[in-house]
Parts: sequence; structure tokens; C-alpha cells
Amino acid sequence: MSFRWETIAGLLGVGLVAWGHYNGLFVAPPEAMMGDVGRILYVHVPTAWVGLTTYLLAFIAAIGALWTGKVGWDALVEASVEVGVVLNGLLLFQGSIWAKPTWGVYWTWDPRLTTSAVMVVAFGAIVVLRRMIDQPSRRLTLSAVATIVAFVNVPITYMSVKWWKTLHQNFSSPETVSSTMVTPLRVAAFGMLFLMVWMVTTRWRIGVKRLGEEAAAADMPAPPSPLSLGGEE
Amino acid sequence: VRQTLAIFRKDLLIEWRTASRTVALMSFAFIVLLILSFAIGAESSALQLHAAAYIWIAVLLSSTLLLDRSFRVEVEAGALHSLLLGPVRPAALFFGKALANFVQLLFLGTITIPLVIVLCDATFQGQVWVMAVALILGTAGLAAPGTLYAAMIARLQGRQLMLPLLLFPLIVPVLVAAVKATSLAMLGDPMNQAEAWLVLLLCFNLIYWCLAGVLFGRVIES
Repeated sequence: MSFRWETIAGLLGVGLVAWGHYNGLFVAPPEAMMGDVGRILYVHVPTAWVGLTTYLLAFIAAIGALWTGKVGWDALVEASVEVGVVLNGLLLFQGSIWAKPTWGVYWTWDPRLTTSAVMVVAFGAIVVLRRMIDQPSRRLTLSAVATIVAFVNVPITYMSVKWWKTLHQNFSSPETVSSTMVTPLRVAAFGMLFLMVWMVTTRWRIGVKRLGEEAAAADMPAPPSPLSLGGEE
Repeated sequence: VRQTLAIFRKDLLIEWRTASRTVALMSFAFIVLLILSFAIGAESSALQLHAAAYIWIAVLLSSTLLLDRSFRVEVEAGALHSLLLGPVRPAALFFGKALANFVQLLFLGTITIPLVIVLCDATFQGQVWVMAVALILGTAGLAAPGTLYAAMIARLQGRQLMLPLLLFPLIVPVLVAAVKATSLAMLGDPMNQAEAWLVLLLCFNLIYWCLAGVLFGRVIES
């Protein structure tokens, strides 16, 4: 088992997240309006930022996959979409936990919430789609197309729902927030980013290996490999 | 353009010749409307208030059946291969198919209107042209991504599940804008908001038709 660079990223991520949360939970003052409940900010906001970054990565990977048709890009689409869906799911979960004591409800139809929910379904569907296609080249094309369309759709959905009503917090700029709160937030965000890089890279390596084996198996007139991703019964 | 029109005519002709399926689709939309009004109950003011939403839910649910069929007829007889072997440009194939789907959806949307008038006691206090434009742009916004996804999943096992799963999150903006514009046409529009929603619908349409047209070639080749 050779040492890989993403392990450093993972460890660094864990360290930064831990440090950021220690400061967020014990050092930073409670939020003026929400009190201690507001401390979820240190995990919620990084999750949101990094989740969107992961989708951006998936979008770039999808363009690369369509352009080159290489397995490496395809594996990156797979990895980043899956990690993105996980982060997105976590985001909704944390948001609901926070919304109940603050807004009085777990869920409300606000642009940001609606867009997040739409994203989790849209990208989750791509994960399902990939499982349903056995043929590697077709899986590459179709999942890349679906990823591009889903990503382009995110800002549109956001705009469309925005004119209904807005309840979600507006953007806070660092100038208006005490540095004892900004620093842990930034640290936690970078930690989350490193964690994401570690997860995506690890998943990408698995993907490259599996998709590569699949392509090799397709070249040989052998019975279908049990490792193939087409998990359809 | 000639190829597009040829595909368009061919698709509509197939629908015309298999009229029983078209009737079945219309009955499906009818049943959706009936179930919605049963589920809401006999409270006529609520029904009236949400009539626009029921129209679009009925159109949306029927559209999955309609779009799925649009490529199944090609795949079943191996006709898609022949189409692609012939000198048909993928873009022409897409626009022909999408136009045919759009016309059918528009037809479906139009026949739901008398139904909601009967079932939900829907009124028209706004302008009729807003209603018409909302219907046209809304169904067009459904048809373009719908055709793209129908082509993508035409050869999959679980396509009945995959089509709505992929399509529904995508058309949230269209749904929002179309329902809003339709409801303004039905319930009256004292603030003149309808035009903004229609412009929004137009923008979605431009984006979807361009994006789907560009990506369709890759999808159909795979």
C-alpha cells in the first residue's frame, strides 16, 4: 500500500475541521440573534460552499469526458457527483436541524432550500442513471450530458424560485462579522475542502480502476466481469 | 429545416394513426385531474385557487408517458439505426422530435382547460392571451429537455422510472413560471405581473432548446 498525496489532504482536512469546530463551538461568541443554535454555521456554510464546488468539479469533468472520451474524466464525473450528492444531503439535513428551532419549521419553500432539494434529486438521478447503463461508452456520454444539463439548471432554478419569497439568511460579508467567528468558519471551510478533495480523489481512483477493468474485460471475449458497475439485476 | 419538418410530420402521423393511444393519454390527464380534485375535496374555493397548478401537474404526468413513447417507437423496430444511417442530421432529428412532442403536449394542455373549468370551476379573470402564451411556452419548455432525456433513456431497463427522475428536477423553473402565469390569467392580474413570468419562460425556452440541441448529437450517437 503506497502512500498517496490525498491522504495528506484528508488528514489536513480532518485537522482543520476539528480545529475550526473547536474554535467555533468553544471560543467564538454565541450568535447575537440565534444564540448557540447559530453555531451550526461552522459546519453548514462550509458544507454548502464545498458541495457547490464539488458540483462545479463534476461539471468540468463532464465537459472533459464528453470532449475526450477518456475513462479518467468519466471516473471523475462519477466521483464528484457522488461526493456532491452526499454533501448536498448533509446540507439539507443540517439545515433542517437548524431551521426547526430558528424558523419553527423543518422545511420551508425558499429559493435556496428549493434549489438544494432540486440539486440533490437532479444529481442523485445521475448516480442512478450510471448504475443502469452497462455499456461503458454510453454511460460516459449520457452521464456527462445529464451532469452538464443538471449543473446549468441550478442557477436557473435558483433565479426562478427567488421571486417567490425569501426567508433564508442573506449573504453576510466578512466585514460585518466578528473575526472570532470568521476565522473558524474559514478554517472549517478549508478543512471541508480538503476532505472533499480526499474523498473525490479516493473515489476517483476506485472509479479509474473499476472502469479500466471493465474496459479491459469488454475487449476480451470473456464472461462479464463480476466487478462491472452495471449493477442491474 | 426540411429534415426537421419531415421528422415532425412522421411523428405526428404515427400519433394520428395510433389514435387509441392518444385517447388513452388524454384519459390519463383526465384521471389525474379527477384524482386531484377528489384528493382536495369538495371545497370549491381551494379548487378554483389551484386550478392552474392542476393543469400543469396533469400535463407533466402525462408528458412522461408521451415522451417515453416518442423514442420507444423508434427503438422497438430498430428504426433509430436506420434514421441515423440515413442522411439525417442529429439536430434535425432533435428539433423534429421536439416539435412533434411540443405540439402533442400543447394539444394535451389545451384539452385540460375545459376539464378544469368543469371540475374546478376555474374562471378567467385575466387576459386570455396570457393563458395561451403560458401554455405554448410552458409546453415548449417541457418538450425540449424532455425529448433529450427521452432519447437518453430510450434503451434503458428502468426508463419509466428514470425519465421523471431526470426530467422533473430539471423543469422546476418552467413549472414555477408556467403555473404562476396561468394562475394570473385565471384569477386576474391586477399588478400586471404576468408578462414578467412569460419573459422568464421565454428565457428558459431559449436556454433549454439551445442546450438540448447541442447535446442531442452526442446522446444519439452513443
